[in-house]
Amino acid sequence: MMTQQKTCLDPVILNLWHPLGAIDEVAACIVVETVLLDESVSFAVDEDRKVFVWRSRTGLRPGDRFHQLAVDDLLPARSAYGYVWTSLGTPSDDIFPIPEYAEADRRKLNAATFGVNVSAPRAIENFLDMGHFPYVHTDILGVEPHTEVKEYDVEISVDRDEILATRCRFYQPMASIASDGGADVEYIYRVPHPYCSVLYKSSPLDETRMDVIAVFLQPLGEERIRAHMMLCVLDDTNADKIIKRFQQTIFGQDKPILENQFPKRLPLDPRAETPIRADKSAIAYRRWLSQKGLTYGVIPVAN
Amino acid sequence: MITLYDYELSGNCYKLRLLMSFLGVDHTVVPVDFYPGREHKADWFLKLNPLGQLPVLQDDDLLLRDAQAILVYLAAKYDTSDCWYPRDNPALLGEINQWLAFADGITGTASAARLHDALFYDFDIEAARAGAHRLFRILDEHLWFGEQEGRDWICSAAHPTVADIACFPYVMLSEEGGISRQDYPAIRRWCDRVKRIKGFIVMSGVFPAGPAKAA
Repeated sequence: MMTQQKTCLDPVILNLWHPLGAIDEVAACIVVETVLLDESVSFAVDEDRKVFVWRSRTGLRPGDRFHQLAVDDLLPARSAYGYVWTSLGTPSDDIFPIPEYAEADRRKLNAATFGVNVSAPRAIENFLDMGHFPYVHTDILGVEPHTEVKEYDVEISVDRDEILATRCRFYQPMASIASDGGADVEYIYRVPHPYCSVLYKSSPLDETRMDVIAVFLQPLGEERIRAHMMLCVLDDTNADKIIKRFQQTIFGQDKPILENQFPKRLPLDPRAETPIRADKSAIAYRRWLSQKGLTYGVIPVAN
Repeated sequence: MITLYDYELSGNCYKLRLLMSFLGVDHTVVPVDFYPGREHKADWFLKLNPLGQLPVLQDDDLLLRDAQAILVYLAAKYDTSDCWYPRDNPALLGEINQWLAFADGITGTASAARLHDALFYDFDIEAARAGAHRLFRILDEHLWFGEQEGRDWICSAAHPTVADIACFPYVMLSEEGGISRQDYPAIRRWCDRVKRIKGFIVMSGVFPAGPAKAA
């Protein structure tokens, strides 16, 4: 009988920064509880938007008022891209950069945080895949007969320790809520973190700039995540809720696909699943995870 | 003019979009940020529906809440074929209303499980799933016996009724709450028939029927 690992023993994953929740969606100084890597953790954001994270404890329960003095063993905590981040291990100093986030004229939103019954790596792979656009996001991100995934480039950057897929192009009937019709859209994908990916796509408003859409996945367990969807887009027309609705519609279409993946954890053995040419970025992603020696949320290559 | 206060990922809102598509009824949509914004609990929305629930529909001066009630209203008023809610067939109306109440039970169980898993609602997930399986078993048997008698739909008619629309969304979205439909073959066949009704539209999480199989 297969038993599932109850706590995470993977040092790569333990030492990473992980997102916990959108800062704008929590009341100041009120304790919020969530789960990270099968452990209960709590967090709070104070009036100055400073963030605090700790392993959940009796005596400071969700909804309670937070006092910094009440917790003597805080976990590492950061505020980045509108979210609270923490680590259960010894993290690097900084979270991966997204320079566009500093541009003042962009709309920065959490489109939603959704629970999904899937492993984080399966969800990242789906995010990288363009082949499903016409079939899953019909009339929005793709439409038949425009189904071909044209040749694109993938590199694993050693300096930055991230995957970069460039020269991705796809015909999209409605690339964003700001679109006024179909267009050939250019995509750049970055995977700067095993459980996070950042997508750049042509802005319908300004041909010299790109919209940024990121998924930050919070692993609740090996086969269950909270997906935080960060938007950092150019849009001077639509209300926040309209921009969010567009992104939620797309994510809602992906959800049943993600939850029906079998096995739920991502197999890293190159022979486990047969890729096609369009899966170049997924092949690089699996190889990158293997090279890191990742074990959590994946089925490692048997020795 | 009809206005629907709507959230894309709500199965209850989808029921109304679906019926209006079947009937070819025009309407405008006012998006409500149900999640994460909880706009259905905002003051302006509570004035429309003090229960703080979606959907709400406005048709000129009439303001209605509750998906099942609105299905009845729309069909009774706009269905020129008089099939979806046949006003002159008391036995069938009784049957339809019996299954509209059953649909509310599906919302209270299968939809609750989905809200727990996807939107982190603090519900008793095991109770919600067990409740949904109990209802699905009853629906599956009902549909299976119907098929033996040559009946394709939930109620005793040669055509679908609003009962089919009311039960469809949260059955179809059940896997998002960890409720598999694997053990309910008659439900799966019925879902496929609903998807083949002329004018069928999808919502996020519901896919169109595959190409019809050759006989």
